[in-house]
Amino acid sequence: MSATPTIAAPSLPRERLLGAYLVMGVLFGVVLTKGELVSWYRIQEALRFKGPYLYLVFASAVAVAAPAFAWLKRKAARSLTGERIRLPPKVLGRGTRYVAGGALFGLGWGIVGACPGPLFALVGAGVGVMVVVCLAAVAGTWTYGYLRPRLPH
Amino acid sequence: MIGQLLHRPWPWYVTGPLVGLVAAGLLAIGSKQFGVSSNLRHLCAAVVPGKVAYFKYDWRRSGLWNLVFIAGVVVGGFVGGVLLANPEPVAITPAAHASLATLGIRDWSGLVPRQLFNWHMLLTVRGFVMIVGGGFLIGFGTAYAGGCTSGHGITGLADLQVPSVIAVISFFAAGAAASFLLLPLLVPR
Repeated sequence: MSATPTIAAPSLPRERLLGAYLVMGVLFGVVLTKGELVSWYRIQEALRFKGPYLYLVFASAVAVAAPAFAWLKRKAARSLTGERIRLPPKVLGRGTRYVAGGALFGLGWGIVGACPGPLFALVGAGVGVMVVVCLAAVAGTWTYGYLRPRLPH
Repeated sequence: MIGQLLHRPWPWYVTGPLVGLVAAGLLAIGSKQFGVSSNLRHLCAAVVPGKVAYFKYDWRRSGLWNLVFIAGVVVGGFVGGVLLANPEPVAITPAAHASLATLGIRDWSGLVPRQLFNWHMLLTVRGFVMIVGGGFLIGFGTAYAGGCTSGHGITGLADLQVPSVIAVISFFAAGAAASFLLLPLLVPR
């Protein structure tokens, strides 16, 4: 996700298979709600170390994704839309952004009891006031973008 | 019978692997990185880029797929949270129940306590801090950290990336601190 404007490359087609991403999104939204990952109670249970549910979900999700990623990233593997499959590594640098950004996010997560995916799912699940949380999150991201040149990373 | 089965919540060993499969599926479909918080940036870039360099990029090319994905999540939330809604309270452990009851939680009926997340609370100081302040921190923090529970917690960890390990430890620690130290100040008694 480069911040530099992309040079118009006629060889790159417009995004394809948008319908497939929609289907994956619907599936993820159902998983988030039926798996109760959108539940404030479940998140508090985990953050107060009063039950293993969320940790088991994370561990089993990573246990499935890790070998799948390794296999998909093998040499010359291509996606359905034809690109080389890659996962660009995140730049560590001094690591400040991961500690500070993670901590600020964690504070918000701990009180709202929902991270970005569940916020959107809760809007669909009929918790109307979550629209305000989403808008506040967009404002937070905008503020980060504005302050970015002055923040340590 | 089947109706009851559909409304039952899913156990961790169904939920977790499916989350992993969603992440793998996005990579397989179009070499996409599973991560929801990028959408907050795409929304800024699409709607209010201002004069901010961070929002000057071709969001249609890099983010349209993800915005479509998140639109699907809203629909999925309706399917799972309304059409297939679980009529029972979320089955947290008795220890968690006791801990939250001490905090002042009285409503156990839905996915989130309606006593905290409703339009009236937004007009109170505590409710405003929770709903608007909490949301702002989520948006600011995930952008700063370059990912959230999905991008760092699933994609980054599954790809064995050190920055994601740091971010995950940091947001779990801060989340616990917020739950233990901030919630007692914010939940009305």
